[in-house]
Amino acid sequence: MYGNTNITEEDAKRLNTIDEDPIKLAQFEDRITRGEKIEPGDWMPKEYRKQLIRMIEQHAHSEIVGALPEGTWITRAPNFRRKLALIAKVQDEIGHGQLLYSAAETLGKTREQMLEDLLNGKSKYSNIFNYPAETWADVAVIGFLVDGAAIVNQVINSKGSYGPYCRALERICYEESFHLKQGHDNVVYLATGTKKQRAMLQDAINRWYRPLLHFFGPPDRTSQHSEKLMKWKVKLASNDDMRNQFLDQYVPKIWELGITFPDPNLKKNDAGIWEFSDPDWDEFKRVINGGGPCNSERLAVRKYAEEAGRWVRNALTAKNEKYVAPLA
Amino acid sequence: MNNEALKDLLYKMADDALIIGHRNSEWTGIGPMLEEDLAFSSMAQDKIGHAKALYQILHEILGEPEPDKVAFLREDEKLFKCCQFVELPIGEYDFSLVRQFLFDHAEAVRYDMLTGSSFQPLAQLAKKVKGEIKYHTMHADTFLKQLGHGTEESHARMQSALNYAMPYALGVFEKSELENDLISQQVFAGEDAAKKLWLEKITPVIEAAGLQLPKVADDKIVYGGRKGFHSEYLKSLLDEMCEVVRTDPEAEW
Repeated sequence: MYGNTNITEEDAKRLNTIDEDPIKLAQFEDRITRGEKIEPGDWMPKEYRKQLIRMIEQHAHSEIVGALPEGTWITRAPNFRRKLALIAKVQDEIGHGQLLYSAAETLGKTREQMLEDLLNGKSKYSNIFNYPAETWADVAVIGFLVDGAAIVNQVINSKGSYGPYCRALERICYEESFHLKQGHDNVVYLATGTKKQRAMLQDAINRWYRPLLHFFGPPDRTSQHSEKLMKWKVKLASNDDMRNQFLDQYVPKIWELGITFPDPNLKKNDAGIWEFSDPDWDEFKRVINGGGPCNSERLAVRKYAEEAGRWVRNALTAKNEKYVAPLA
Repeated sequence: MNNEALKDLLYKMADDALIIGHRNSEWTGIGPMLEEDLAFSSMAQDKIGHAKALYQILHEILGEPEPDKVAFLREDEKLFKCCQFVELPIGEYDFSLVRQFLFDHAEAVRYDMLTGSSFQPLAQLAKKVKGEIKYHTMHADTFLKQLGHGTEESHARMQSALNYAMPYALGVFEKSELENDLISQQVFAGEDAAKKLWLEKITPVIEAAGLQLPKVADDKIVYGGRKGFHSEYLKSLLDEMCEVVRTDPEAEW
């Protein structure tokens, strides 16, 4: 699962003054316009490579950090069916991380460097995973709505220009569509269950509503644009467009279960655009900059995994003539 | 056929699988590398699936409650028949890997023996499970050898984890008072036979890993689990496992 990538003012400036061989650049842009995919060995502008690494790397981090809030519920899942589905689902997310780190590695940055940048804060992950999964209903809401939001984003990005990323995304979207099914099934059971279950679900929806609106990034009117990234098919849709698509697909599905969103202004206007109350973009900024409820906890867990596992990785990469042949 | 003896056998196998599956699943998200998160997660799914299949036999053929009830609503830890080895916390990767090695070979041997069981439902399940566990032992053997020969630290960690785990691992083969009936009716050839085969399997792998098989005195073997006497860890594990379902036991989840 993932959120949207946003660029800084500095990025936007650099993207407006591309310093590359004009002939090569024109050929590169023509290929993209024709719908060709760019492959790892192909010539590409430095800035294209840089933006892609940043984007795929953040996506990969989001997968492995995103596994944590749900992962804490694996041991508490209430029956065999839910338990098996949840382990498989969280495992998929880790697998997506693995796939995406490999895609990013084709651009020249190693997995180790990326993980280091996650821990030292240079590289971000989706904001939504800095919120806690407080009850079992959160697992249902994450599986249905957070994964639903991620699919909107990922289906769009899978039409991008960089071959390895697009191929990874196609497989990821295929698996995510199953996550959506298990999330929806879980939501329906809670919505049609006992009073306690319904209350649990409503409470979870109330808490996840704002982070879900934040998921696609700040409104277009306040965020940096880059025509270049659009032209290069690195970014393919605006934040507002993706958010609208998400609301259009999922709000009715929650309403039809008799569950509400904590926003009296949430409605579709005559032009077919969803309107909602200001979801407090200052909070969004606070959380991105480390002030969310779980930022330090998430990084602490990843740090533990890195440090506690170092001796294993060192041993596996130690030179050992005994093992030049496959072990199994 | 002695149904009580059969139930005893099936419950201890199912409870072992459920609890080790629970422990394996705790590695999701924190493994030493992503590939190991994935591996332990896969094994967790297999184990929990095996537990469910065994509870299903208990339910359908031996009249015990449904799998979800038995697994998630058995209130008293004394009713669990798992060995203490599977209850221990995951600790660091060295212990988890060594436990995986010792326990999965024990399971592999047991299921292999059971493919010839006179109790047909179990024989059929054993054939299926055997094919899955093959990959678990392959994973364990590969890593044990790599880490046994990796660095000085990894070698020392493997040996010390083996030393710590061995008394518990031997406890997997705790005998039941009902065992003789299973042996005479050719349901299961017994714990001593399983232990012998297990030692034959693990000894060459431990040697190939450059490690030593720890010697354990009989009075140091950790028994009790099969009779409902558990480590301090099982109660908190069960409280966690049953936390959601206990909030509303009548609800469908």
